[in-house]
Amino acid sequence: MNALSVKDLHVKINESHILHGVSFEVPTNKVTVLLGRNGVGKSTTLRSIMGFYQGTGSVTLNGKEILGMQTYKIAQSGVAFVPEDREIFASLTVRENLSLASREKDSDAAYKLVYSLFPELDTRAAQQAGSLSGGQQQMVAIARALLNKNEILLVDEPTKGLAPKLVSEVAEVLMKVAEHSTMLLVEQNLSLVKKIAQHVIVMDQGRVVYQGGPENLNDAAWVHQMLGVSGGHK
Amino acid sequence: MDTFILIGITGIGLGALYFLVASGLSLIYGLMGVLNFAHGSFLTVGAFVGFWLARTLGPDTSMPEFILAMIIGGLAAGAFALLVEQLLITRLYDRHIDQALVTVGVSLVVGAVLGGWFTNDLQIFPTPLWFYTAINVGGAMIPADRIVYIATAVLLLIANWALLKFTRIGLIIRAGVENRHMVNALGVNVRLAFSTVFFLGGFAAGVGGVLVSVYSNGVSPLIAGTYLIYGFIVVVIGGMGSVPGSFIAAMLIGVIRQFANYYVTGLGDFVVVILLAGVLLIRPQGLLGKVRA
Repeated sequence: MNALSVKDLHVKINESHILHGVSFEVPTNKVTVLLGRNGVGKSTTLRSIMGFYQGTGSVTLNGKEILGMQTYKIAQSGVAFVPEDREIFASLTVRENLSLASREKDSDAAYKLVYSLFPELDTRAAQQAGSLSGGQQQMVAIARALLNKNEILLVDEPTKGLAPKLVSEVAEVLMKVAEHSTMLLVEQNLSLVKKIAQHVIVMDQGRVVYQGGPENLNDAAWVHQMLGVSGGHK
Repeated sequence: MDTFILIGITGIGLGALYFLVASGLSLIYGLMGVLNFAHGSFLTVGAFVGFWLARTLGPDTSMPEFILAMIIGGLAAGAFALLVEQLLITRLYDRHIDQALVTVGVSLVVGAVLGGWFTNDLQIFPTPLWFYTAINVGGAMIPADRIVYIATAVLLLIANWALLKFTRIGLIIRAGVENRHMVNALGVNVRLAFSTVFFLGGFAAGVGGVLVSVYSNGVSPLIAGTYLIYGFIVVVIGGMGSVPGSFIAAMLIGVIRQFANYYVTGLGDFVVVILLAGVLLIRPQGLLGKVRA
């Protein structure tokens, strides 16, 4: 069973053709990692699913077409988004950032879960989000996505720009979240990808060039050919 | 000393009128990026509806009747602003040149319709007699109407602050000013905030229109022009999207303009332009504005 299905997705931004017929599936209750070199269209794919860019083709969530819907309706359908640069609201407090994101009438359980994953956010609830460290801001961004009942989490490079210690913390949280969620993750950190990936999609020049299991991630030659980085084991 | 107090307080009174125009402009631009040249027409609509009501209620307008006219004028302007937003602006988001052209068009149409209906001549706005009295402040005799302008501006500032700080729609507006796409991505319809801001901006402009009519000794379709220009200057100096910034800038401009005009007739406008140039050079985001990414 697939939670999300993308078929022949074409997206143009300012007359530049960025996605050239992207097609892939995201299986339910699994972590799918979207890989590829910089600039191949991974973030554009996530943002197009969220409705930030107009495109042609088809994007279905549990069988229901969401392409062409307004962004807020896509989010209300159960697509949660953690953007690449966190995009937290810097002038709002941590509590206000979370409160804005929370749409459930009875949100106590969701807050409990969030504060159990990120106890620091509870102690810093009254602090302006803009004054938090990069890692703490990432916690806010992820926490916002966890406050509602979602069908899928779209997470864009959550460890980008974080110190190694914070990378492991964020990775730990993502792995905990992944136990109960469907996730489409864009991530460059190969060691994290190897730990968390259950399904892998590789993009190149706006197209999907591989879709399948994570076994190949341990093949250095494959990783080098697909991603242009060293990794895996010979 | 009493001259100093008199000029200072009348300057703050003038600043209060600028603030009423600028607060809506600032929020509308800050949240939606809409450069709204129709804002002056909101002021004019509010002024004429308030004028019509005050005249209908009788020649000797009491203070409660004047306040009622001010509120109804504000509500009418807010409703008109909402209509403009729903019919025109919603179709033109992110099309800035089209927005400018359409909103200029709206202001021209409103001016022409009201001019054809009421003529462009100033018509005396029925005001309570108390407005013509003076209040002794530290030896300076302050015209009472200035106190009304200042009190109204402060009340609206507090109401605005409370709405933005303590309500969910206020939270959405504050977040939307920073990043409206992300507000949408959280499943919140930011359009609702757009409409609220248009209504509130129109309401403040409409209330301002009634008070500007009193200050200008009458109502006319032409009264909005100067105030709209000053409204834009206030927004730039205060910082796009910052209502407290607009308040500080409006008071600063009102006071500086009055003092400059007192010492050299006509110097006030020039000094304000110099102040605007200085802020743009030293702090382009305005006094309380944020640098946009």
